Amino acid sequence: MLTLKFKHAAKRRLSGKKDTSIIGVVASGNLEVLLERVLPGAECEVDIATPITGYDETWKAVVTEFVERFSPGGLRVSINDGGARPDTVFLRLMQGCALMEKE
Amino acid sequence: MMEDAAIHGQGSWFQATARQRIAGLLDPDSFTEFLGPSERVRSPHLHLFDLPAAFDDGVVIGRGKLDGKDVFVAAQEGQFMGGTFAEVSGAKIVGLLRAARGHKDLPQTVLLLLDSGGVRLQEANAGELAVAEVMRAIVQARCAGVAVIALVGGKAGAFGGAGLTAATCSRIAVSEQGRIAVSGPEVIETNMGVEEFDSSNKALVWSTDGGKNRRLIGGADAFAQDSMNGFRAAAKALLSRVPPFDLKTMQAEQERLASRQKRLGACDDAVSMWRVLGIKDPEAVRDMDGKDFTALANSIKEASHDAR
Repeated sequence: MLTLKFKHAAKRRLSGKKDTSIIGVVASGNLEVLLERVLPGAECEVDIATPITGYDETWKAVVTEFVERFSPGGLRVSINDGGARPDTVFLRLMQGCALMEKE
Repeated sequence: MMEDAAIHGQGSWFQATARQRIAGLLDPDSFTEFLGPSERVRSPHLHLFDLPAAFDDGVVIGRGKLDGKDVFVAAQEGQFMGGTFAEVSGAKIVGLLRAARGHKDLPQTVLLLLDSGGVRLQEANAGELAVAEVMRAIVQARCAGVAVIALVGGKAGAFGGAGLTAATCSRIAVSEQGRIAVSGPEVIETNMGVEEFDSSNKALVWSTDGGKNRRLIGGADAFAQDSMNGFRAAAKALLSRVPPFDLKTMQAEQERLASRQKRLGACDDAVSMWRVLGIKDPEAVRDMDGKDFTALANSIKEASHDAR
C-alpha cells in the first residue's frame, strides 16, 4: 500500500460550517474522500492510501491543482483509493468541498 | 449536485450507494450515524493483502426516523468488497441489533439494507463468525420483540451469509433487481456443472434468484419499486405486519417451507414454478410492470403467509 501525504497552505479557509463529509466508495476505479474541518487557519492536508504504485507525481499534481482552485483551508482530506483515474479523483474532491460548504 | 439527485424519491436504489440509500429511505435529515468514517474503524486484515480499507468498512449504521417512527438502520455498501461480512462490518451490525434488544428506550425496529455477496474471503473465519453472530443477534432481538426488516435491491444482491441473514429477519422486501440466494450462480455451476445451473444465462439467473420469483414463492413479503420511495413504502407497509417471534410463527414457517418443497421441489426453473402456483401466463411475469406484478403476487397463496 502506497501512502502519500501532502501539506499545503491554502489561500483562505473553506467556507461553510460542516465538520465532516464523505463522498465516493472504495471500489474499482473509484475512491472515498473523507473531509474533516480540523486544521487551524488556511492549512490543508491530504493523506492518500492507494494500492497502485508509481503515480506519486500524478497525485501531487492533482492535489496541487485542487488546493489552488478550491482553497480548502482548514481541511484534512483523507483518501482511500480503489485505482481511480485523476479526473475521478478531482471530481470527488470537488464534490467533497461542495458538501463541506453547505448550510 | 449529483448527490442530491441520487437520493431523490425516484432515484434508483440499485444504483445508489449505502449512504444515498439511507438518506433516501429515512425522513430528511433524521439520520445520526454511529462509528462514522471519522472514527476510522477499519478492517485490520485488508492491509495484509495490500487492499485498500474503507473508513466505515463498508457498513453504515445509525438511527433515524421512517415516517416519524424511530428506527435503527444498517446499510451494506455493495460496491466495497462486494458488501461482505467481515470482522468490523459484521460487528457493527451485531452491535446495533444488540443495542435494540437490550434497551427498550431505543428504537425497536432495525432496517437491514442488505447488499452483499456473503463472507469476505480475505477475512475467512472472522467473516463466517460475523454472519453467525449477525444471525444470532437477529434471533435474539426478535425474541425480545424487535422487528428486523431486510431490504434487498442492491447490485450485490443478498448471497451467501446475506441470503441466510435475510431469511432470519421478521420480514423481507425485495425489488425486481434484488436477488436473494445462498450459493451464487457461479458457485452452483462450478460445483454441480453447467447442466445444473448455467450462470451465463442471465434470464435463468434473474428469474430464479431475482425479486419477482422470491416474492411469488414466499421468499419475500413485499415487492418494492427500484427507488427510494419504493423501498420507503415497502418498509413502512411491512412494519405494520411484523409477526410475533413465537412457537406458532416457527411452526407456520416450518409448514410453509415443507409445503413449498413438496409443491415446487420437482420444478427445474422459475417459469414452471409459476405455472404450478396457478399463474395463467407464467411467461408474461418477467415483463410485468410493478403494479400488475404486485397485484398478481398478492393473489398467490404461497406469497401471502403468516410465517417467517
